[in-house]
Amino acid sequence: MSQAVAERQPVILVEDLTARFGDRTIFEHVSFEVYPGEILVILGGSGSGKSTLMKHMIGLYKPFSGRVIVRGVDVNTRNEAELQRLRMEVGVAFQGGALFGSMTVAENISLPLREYTDLSEEDIAHIVKMKLGLVNLAGFENFLPEELSGGMIKRVGLARALALEPKVVFFDEPSAGLDPVTAVELDTLILDINAGMGTTMVVVTHELQSIFNIARRVVMLDKEAKGVIAIGNPRELRDHAEDPRVLAFFRRQPLSQVKKDA
Amino acid sequence: MSKAGSQPDLSKAFSVQVTGEAGQAVTFALSGRVALDTFPALKDRLNSLLTHYSPASLTVDLEQVTYLDSVGALLLVELEDEAGARGTPFTLANASEENQKILGIIDREALKAAPIKEEEEPGFVEKVGGASLSFMDDLVSVTTFVGGLILALVNSVFHPLSVRWGEIGFYMRRAGVEALPILGLLSFLMGMVLAFMSSLQLKQFGATLYVSSLVGIALVQELGPLLTAILVAGRSGSAFAAEIGTMMVNEEVDAITVMGFDPINFLAVPKVVASMIVVPLLSVYAMFFGIMGGLFIGVSLLDITMFSYIAETRKALTLFDFVSSLVKSVVFAAIIAAIGCQRGFKVRGGAEAVGTETTSAVVAGIFLIIVVDSIFAVALHYLR
Repeated sequence: MSQAVAERQPVILVEDLTARFGDRTIFEHVSFEVYPGEILVILGGSGSGKSTLMKHMIGLYKPFSGRVIVRGVDVNTRNEAELQRLRMEVGVAFQGGALFGSMTVAENISLPLREYTDLSEEDIAHIVKMKLGLVNLAGFENFLPEELSGGMIKRVGLARALALEPKVVFFDEPSAGLDPVTAVELDTLILDINAGMGTTMVVVTHELQSIFNIARRVVMLDKEAKGVIAIGNPRELRDHAEDPRVLAFFRRQPLSQVKKDA
Repeated sequence: MSKAGSQPDLSKAFSVQVTGEAGQAVTFALSGRVALDTFPALKDRLNSLLTHYSPASLTVDLEQVTYLDSVGALLLVELEDEAGARGTPFTLANASEENQKILGIIDREALKAAPIKEEEEPGFVEKVGGASLSFMDDLVSVTTFVGGLILALVNSVFHPLSVRWGEIGFYMRRAGVEALPILGLLSFLMGMVLAFMSSLQLKQFGATLYVSSLVGIALVQELGPLLTAILVAGRSGSAFAAEIGTMMVNEEVDAITVMGFDPINFLAVPKVVASMIVVPLLSVYAMFFGIMGGLFIGVSLLDITMFSYIAETRKALTLFDFVSSLVKSVVFAAIIAAIGCQRGFKVRGGAEAVGTETTSAVVAGIFLIIVVDSIFAVALHYLR
């Protein structure tokens, strides 16, 4: 699998990225690639800059230095047409869903379809039904976000992110704040969509169970190191990593314990 | 996808090759993109071909398809349903492994699932009923809130240490000190306009000197308190509603309740007390600047000396006017702040509700100010 992946052109290139707010450096010199069709998990402890990295990758934050290239386009390009194309090829599911509270589920999902396509209302309604089926929420089109549970909101957020058939989907903390059953259902959903549609997924999470379930490759950030301390398969990292910080994370042990064992 | 700017010609993005005779076994060989961007054109094409050939059996060949996404897969499922409805046997041929996966994730049950909750457009009677009910609810909630507020205020009088004086100081600065520049400018201009417009009329009777008493009485009895109240409703009533409303959305008000504080006491009382202290002062300030505006016009354009202008103004005004206006201002302040807080507590849901209730706070606040002002006008007429 990893052999085949490495031969393909990366879909996202992060090159020597440094994020700095004022004089506070979040991380520096971060470089890695994301290959088409894979599920890459960005992980790390609280405050390690996972979400910041994701927001740089979707172009919401401007990098202090370095760049991010998604499908051949620099996410900070000033070329409006290219940026527009990129926005349509990238879907983002936010941590809290970020659904529009005044719109129903169906309206939330159909908003991008209405804005960017010439589809008829009937076709849009049918596509919305199909997307709701994808995220196992058939029949929920007329619900308002406030009437849904946390897990449902995240699934609607994912359905909205998938509305324009993006090539890359970013998912911020899919299992945070969910019960184990709902969390594992969401993991399965991510795997199914990735397998079925071939969508490249970049997932930010620190839930170990989720990471082992979905990740083929992980990029691990660390607060102290201000950057990437490990890239690779999560199981291999758990069993063979030498860095105590990586071991502590994957074995769910205090850092002091891991150092003593070593 | 024409809305997104220049797009490649979609007629070249896909093609359909038909083999077979009408009414017999027909094969549609699709090639190119079967995806979101080609969906409407391809759907039209396939439906018209299906009608034209009305085949005895239909095979759709996917061998030449270069790209299939879930919307494209949906199109194939729709085509199958359409063929099924016509009683035509349907087969998909040469679907690659990837394409089969995408076809596999389309949940056919979900496509037919009826909405769990129907969206209903209420009729006229229902709308009238709904509006009356929500008016009654509003009345009840305002009354309950005012009751709670009065209790909390009375309680504060007996337990002055339980009042959050720091907060009161903060809101006095917010609603009062920070409003000074705009209120000064507004009332100065108002006084100028009033003096100028009335002088045009009074000049005809040679009574220009009475501009001073006209401006003085108008500002002290009506315009000063009213202008101040409307400005404070716009600046601070809305801010109170938005602040408490956002706290409702973020569950901060719930947190206040479970920590054992009374939300009205904790959030509303400081705002109401601060407004009641600061609005009368702002009114006096507005009266002063309004009269200054009139004085400026009187001295510069109407040949009234400063001494006679001030003397005339003093003659026209009584202490009763002044005190009744201050009382009126206190009442206005209580209304504005209370409505602002009450609308804030009414917020349920999200960002949109905060906007609605903030607007409502200003509209209801100004409306009530005008109503109460008319009541005062009648009452003071008989008291005088």
